[in-house]
Amino acid sequence: MKLAYFPGCSLKGLGRAYEESLLPVMKHLGVELVELDDWNCCGATAYMAVDEVKACVLAARNLALAEKTGQQQLMAPCAACYLVLNKAKHYFHDYPAIKKTMDHALAAIGLKYDGDTAVRHPLDVLLTDVGLEAVRQKVVRPLKGLKVAPYYGCQIVRPYATFDDQYNPTAMDKLLEALGATVVRYPLKTKCCGGSLTGTVPAAGMRMVYILLNEARKRGADCLATVCPLCQFNLDAYHAKVASQYGPVRVPTVYFTQLMGLAFGLPEKELGLNRSAIRLDWRPEPVPTPASKEAVTA
Amino acid sequence: MPEPRNGVRIGFYVCHCGHNIASMVDCPAVAAYAATLPNVAVSRDYKYLCSDPGQELIKRDIAELGLSHVVVASCSPLLHEHTFRSATEAGGLNPYCFHMVNIREHDSWVHTDRRLATEKAKALARAGIRRVAHHQPLEMKRVPIHPDVLVVGGGIAGIHAALTLASAGKKVYLVEREPSIGGHMAKFDKTFPTLDCAACILTPKMSAVRSHPNITLWSYSEVVKTDGYVGNYTVTVRRKPRYVIEELCVGCQECIDSCVYKKPMFPDEFNEGLGKRKPIHIPFPQATPQVVLIDPEVCLNFKRGVLTDKCKKTCVEACAERKAIDFNQKEELKEIKVGTIIVATGFQPFDVKRVPQYGYGTYPNVYTALEAERLVNASGPTSGEVVLRDGRHPNAIAIIHCVGSRDRKTNRWCSRVCCMYSMKLAHLLKEHSGAEVYNFYIDIRAPGKGYEEFYDKLNEEGVHFIRGRVGEVTDWAMTPEEEGKLVIRVEDTLAGFVRRIPVDMVVLSTGLEPHSDAQSVRRMFNMSCGTEGFFLERHPKLAPVNTYTDGVFIAGCCQGPRDIPDTVAQAGAAAAEAMALIDRGHIDQEPNTARILADCSGCKSCIPLCPYTAIAFDSATQKAVINEALCKGCGTCVGSCPSGSIIQNLFDDEEVFGEIQGVLADEPN
Ligand SMILES: Cc1cc2nc3c(=O)[nH]c(=O)nc-3n(C[C@H](O)[C@H](O)[C@H](O)COP(=O)(O)OP(=O)(O)OC[C@H]3O[C@@H](n4cnc5c(N)ncnc54)[C@H](O)[C@@H]3O)c2cc1C
Repeated sequence: MKLAYFPGCSLKGLGRAYEESLLPVMKHLGVELVELDDWNCCGATAYMAVDEVKACVLAARNLALAEKTGQQQLMAPCAACYLVLNKAKHYFHDYPAIKKTMDHALAAIGLKYDGDTAVRHPLDVLLTDVGLEAVRQKVVRPLKGLKVAPYYGCQIVRPYATFDDQYNPTAMDKLLEALGATVVRYPLKTKCCGGSLTGTVPAAGMRMVYILLNEARKRGADCLATVCPLCQFNLDAYHAKVASQYGPVRVPTVYFTQLMGLAFGLPEKELGLNRSAIRLDWRPEPVPTPASKEAVTA
Repeated sequence: MPEPRNGVRIGFYVCHCGHNIASMVDCPAVAAYAATLPNVAVSRDYKYLCSDPGQELIKRDIAELGLSHVVVASCSPLLHEHTFRSATEAGGLNPYCFHMVNIREHDSWVHTDRRLATEKAKALARAGIRRVAHHQPLEMKRVPIHPDVLVVGGGIAGIHAALTLASAGKKVYLVEREPSIGGHMAKFDKTFPTLDCAACILTPKMSAVRSHPNITLWSYSEVVKTDGYVGNYTVTVRRKPRYVIEELCVGCQECIDSCVYKKPMFPDEFNEGLGKRKPIHIPFPQATPQVVLIDPEVCLNFKRGVLTDKCKKTCVEACAERKAIDFNQKEELKEIKVGTIIVATGFQPFDVKRVPQYGYGTYPNVYTALEAERLVNASGPTSGEVVLRDGRHPNAIAIIHCVGSRDRKTNRWCSRVCCMYSMKLAHLLKEHSGAEVYNFYIDIRAPGKGYEEFYDKLNEEGVHFIRGRVGEVTDWAMTPEEEGKLVIRVEDTLAGFVRRIPVDMVVLSTGLEPHSDAQSVRRMFNMSCGTEGFFLERHPKLAPVNTYTDGVFIAGCCQGPRDIPDTVAQAGAAAAEAMALIDRGHIDQEPNTARILADCSGCKSCIPLCPYTAIAFDSATQKAVINEALCKGCGTCVGSCPSGSIIQNLFDDEEVFGEIQGVLADEPN
């Protein structure tokens, strides 16, 4: 299977570990990702809040570029990109006035968007197209004993629940189980990570980060698994600050793709595991090789 | 313009319908235009033609001006065709020398450009006038009505309708899908707002059904086929095997005591799975009929529903010489003839799995309203003691209103009874457990006799009312007091902030929705469904228990959510409508039947096409003949006849082409 791939700014910057783990994992499963040539900002961040139409136009350029490549589908791993690209597509179909602006702006740079490209999240592709069975077959180091709190954040199922339940998404739960991990029931799975509040109203942001980490800790999770670079950053970067206010809640937050990489036995240094502030130290049993077996018996 | 037809003198009348038509159609202009058309002897506009003076006008013109035909341009024929046909007849003409043109639903109500709407009205008038010139006098057909009635569904609606009809001397077949009649009401402890005991008012009616000589009760049965038409329906009913011979079982239940399963082990449907039953069981103590049944899915004498005969059959021993148990019982098909049908199949509660944010299935102490009904019920699984699934007694209880209702993501409608039953449950739960009870509501809807007063009473009893749609039920605790509790997260829209309220038990007040098989039931009885899926009444105000199929009526929650008082009223109305038909003894049928012309070649191709088997072959004349009593005027044979030898009254070629040419004619107007 082949898809166009929209990394967005995060996966090239702060969320580099997401791309670093996503690419080898997808390749390992036979999913070919072709990075969009000359992509631009998806339109998320503050843009959406300031001028929705302009944000949609930005997104539309990416969608138009994807269409031009002839690929029917565009993978957007970052939750924010995924939402904005989807939103632009919905607006394109639902609001003729916005469509007109998009058409006009794209025409000025010789592009055209027909509204067809499907925007896909990696979780969606993994569950719907690749299938859990195919994932299971690639697992060589089952994540036995690792307790994971699945954390989806707010954007991938809201407001558009394209591939999972809006209130209780379970795609990642199923995936983690397929990897052999123990999924901790985590009722805060779609609760806000604090978003940009951690920067603008830190007191409120820190409290939200604390709530998420503390609940995962209370439920015995060894780590949180996330699908969003902003969530990962918020839950990873402020431990010292949170600890000074509420006491330590040391639970690492990793991308679900990093856990997949571990379970698939991909080289650890390729998975970006060292990029987080709070690192996941836990490792699955190594792949049994004839040599290691001898070593054990000896 | 066509040549005027000799002897045809048409009266044309256009109705203003107050502003309904006149605001979008220039009625005087339409009348003036019609006056110029061939054969039109008089053309008038009038404010309300359906009024007495309006009808008088038509009658007088017929007499004074010697009219031969009448056309009225007004509303839908569904509403007033009968009125104007009667007026035409009263004026001395055959009622079928009349034609009605719809310029309201088809014109004024759906257009916004007055000039174009007026042009359209003129074209429709022209079509009607050209058509009616060919109308011939016809006679109504009379067919007798079968006096027996079928009632489908034995909830309070079906029970009440059946008893009303039976006490008026009509024979009734009551077909209920479950092993017992009673419907949802049988599961309630008390009923709002009077808090009278549901069983005390329902069970006498249930046993009256059982003992009434005019009622044939078939429980555990379903209608599988309906043929025919008003007055003459043939219905096939499937009686499912209960593996117990109904006529022989006396309901002593000794078989249940002696079943090889010493303890009840299987989820009990009547108690919403909160209690347990044995493979051989009776749904509840007052079940009607008082007949046990065997569940072949779990009975040891079967394996996955297939008879194995491997059990000791202690139940058969216990039944002894009564010999009521019959493991070889098969389903039975019964064919009955009835004249009218009342559909009273009720509702199904909204499936709470569709709102995972409320934690049903995740948190054991989250209950549906029906489960809560069973918990507070003296004959329920806990004898009315409020014991939670984890064995605890609740100190605080949350009742969440509008679950699945008033929500674009699930069902948009208000389910009408949930506010009231939530308050009833609040009262009962508080009474039975002493717990603090919180109601979370969007709006309190208590419009009914004594309903608002009931709400006041609850406020006085100290039940809490918090206005806001609950966001989620969670076990995520933020304070020590919340540990181990279910936390309700809700925006209190009166106080203006988000609250967290820890409780021990949550009741989800699920809305009412159409049965999942409503579509197949709809097809079975040739009814329609509204957009939500409830059965559609013929008119929301004026024909609330009629359907678009004559002789088929609806009552109770299958038509839309309602409480017991309204259900009973509607069931009575449906019974009265059925009786009105039956007591007339016959029905008049439109004479729009087909007839065969003398040049029929006898090819027989029409015979197998007729859906009503109304066409036979006469070997003496070598021609097809149509039985007028059976013909429904569908026109299938007319269209298919290769030699054009079949004609349908009111739809012959001259009439239909006259109308088409009229509407398409490009005449100066
Ligand atoms: C939790 C709850 C509490 C309530 N409390 C009250 C209250 O206190 N007071 C009040 O006035 N109202 C109350 N109501 C409303 C009340 O339940 C309804 O008004 C009433 O049950 C409607 O009766 P019905 O006969 O139309 O439908 P139902 O009670 O649903 O009965 C329909 C019957 O038809 C049968 N049936 C269905 N499909 C078929 C089929 N295809 N063939 C044959 N049989 C079929 C069913 O098995 C059932 O027996 C409450 C509702 C709920 C959900």
